[in-house]
Amino acid sequence: MKQTIVEKIFSDHSGKRAKAGDIIIGNVDFCFGQDGTSGMVIDSFRKLEMDHVHSKNNFCMIIDHSAPSPNMGVSAIHDKMRNFSREFGVRLFDVGCGVCHHLVPESGYVTCGDLVLGADSHTCTYGAINAFSTGVGSTDLAIALASGKNWFKVPETIKMIIDGKLPKGVYSKDVILHIIGDIGADGANYKSVEFYGDIIENFSVDARFTMSNMAVEMGAKCGIMEADKKTIQWVKKHSSRDPRSIKADSDAKYCEIREYDLSGLSPQVACPHTVDNVENIEDVEGTKIDQVFIGTCTNGRLEDLEIAAKILKGNKVAPGVKLLVTPASKQIYLEALKKGLIDIFLEAEASVNNPGCGPCVGTHQGVLADGENAFSTANRNFKGRMGNPNGNIYLGSPATAAATAIAGKISDPREYKKRL
Amino acid sequence: MTKKKKETQKMNVQETKTMETQKEIIPEKKTPKYAHRLKIENDINTDYVISGRYKFKIQDPKELAKHIFEDLEPDFGAKIKSGDFLVAGDNFGCGSSREQAPVALKAAGISAVLAKGYARIFYRNAFNVGLCLVECDTRFIDDMDELELDIEHNVVRNISKGINIDIKPVPRIMMEFLKRGGVIEYFKEKKGFEGLV
Repeated sequence: MKQTIVEKIFSDHSGKRAKAGDIIIGNVDFCFGQDGTSGMVIDSFRKLEMDHVHSKNNFCMIIDHSAPSPNMGVSAIHDKMRNFSREFGVRLFDVGCGVCHHLVPESGYVTCGDLVLGADSHTCTYGAINAFSTGVGSTDLAIALASGKNWFKVPETIKMIIDGKLPKGVYSKDVILHIIGDIGADGANYKSVEFYGDIIENFSVDARFTMSNMAVEMGAKCGIMEADKKTIQWVKKHSSRDPRSIKADSDAKYCEIREYDLSGLSPQVACPHTVDNVENIEDVEGTKIDQVFIGTCTNGRLEDLEIAAKILKGNKVAPGVKLLVTPASKQIYLEALKKGLIDIFLEAEASVNNPGCGPCVGTHQGVLADGENAFSTANRNFKGRMGNPNGNIYLGSPATAAATAIAGKISDPREYKKRL
Repeated sequence: MTKKKKETQKMNVQETKTMETQKEIIPEKKTPKYAHRLKIENDINTDYVISGRYKFKIQDPKELAKHIFEDLEPDFGAKIKSGDFLVAGDNFGCGSSREQAPVALKAAGISAVLAKGYARIFYRNAFNVGLCLVECDTRFIDDMDELELDIEHNVVRNISKGINIDIKPVPRIMMEFLKRGGVIEYFKEKKGFEGLV
């Protein structure tokens, strides 16, 4: 029988032909934890009573979710991670290096055809560079850290073909929000999603990361794309390992095929308090916003900052509105500095914060006040996500976020199309 | 002492004995276990189970347990007694991979979660830490219904409503983890997962 992308990757990593529904034991190419999960990874690893990790080079920890530390409890977790890093000789990305889902591929740890696990649900991000990557809990991660393996159920696959020509001002964030709104928060539960179509082909790798990043918001185990020239160029720039590009067989078996023509798509906004509560911008335009956040593993990459800067250039954030900008990594911060983007943000009265997760998880920066509305480029808008259950979070693209910051209310970035 | 009085005394003694016998039986009789339902039914995410505010601050599961579902219903956790059940609709445990979520539920005394379906990361995490998840039609379970879970016979008995609800058999792999208290105990005993495939 012909195979999907995940069936091929699981076959390569288990040494036997894998098909959807099989339970396999797979070799893990790389795994990592962040500061919200690594404390428990370390505890679970200790319980396994191992005196060494399986491979020092195939694991790292990243301090990004609550960095710099806002309190003694978090500092204790960070300290525990630093001690573990020294004791076992594993790499630690400390405060200010950036957000895990950009750092891991940027540092060259992932290439096409890999099997990657992360103790973070948005590990599905690297599907954009043709890797099977998925989020697991701390104990599953500890087992991979100790043994280099874990067990997997090979998922069925949904094929999504996304065609059309997006209007100016409409981006990959709008595409993935539209799809999540259509399929629902559990529409792809336990499934692999393969993304195809003109729109995907025309996207940059940065834009593709945004789409794969949010696959978990429809319940998917991974959101994977075939590698093309752009992918190979990207991975070769960052990783010294040879990419093993994996394509699905033309007659692979899919549990579902969904086709979208998104020509003329409006900017999309996920409204409180679920990611699948998606509206066209026309239906939410004018909603008052108190805080705008541009950043995260979804939309904190260079291209995202460039788009936001095009709109913000020469403009000021509306009085009373806070605009927080968090580059996804130190490298991106440096590039943004060189390109003059940081000047544009500061001149627009934004607060540019250290690389990391920023206010997304609500544990250390930008916590909302009661009744405040936030517009964020993050991937989740759950009640309480930004630290206060009495705040409301709207999600959208960096362009919509920038237009919204200037107006102080949800605004259509297509008004700036001449700049984009 | 008159004969009558003696008889009364005798009866009292007998009654006391009977009561004592009953008392002895009481501990053997199962304490009733109740269902707990949140006001929202579907897509209950792990941020709701335990907010990010606490997952970073607290590493003690018993402390975490005090804050479950705080952003949705602040008093919810206090109502749960050891052995009770959490009941929900579709896609329970979606969102963040935080393992603090099943750990906090277990520490709160939840013996099993009953839901129509689960998100995948939470599903693995729960069994990995020894928390039982049951898939079944939860439409006929109301908040505070008395329940009995019989995993061997794949049934949950709703004592309050007098009905039996079929449950989807818990996968063999997950039962292997559950009966040992979690995946770590399995992995150490079997020295890997080779026995699973």
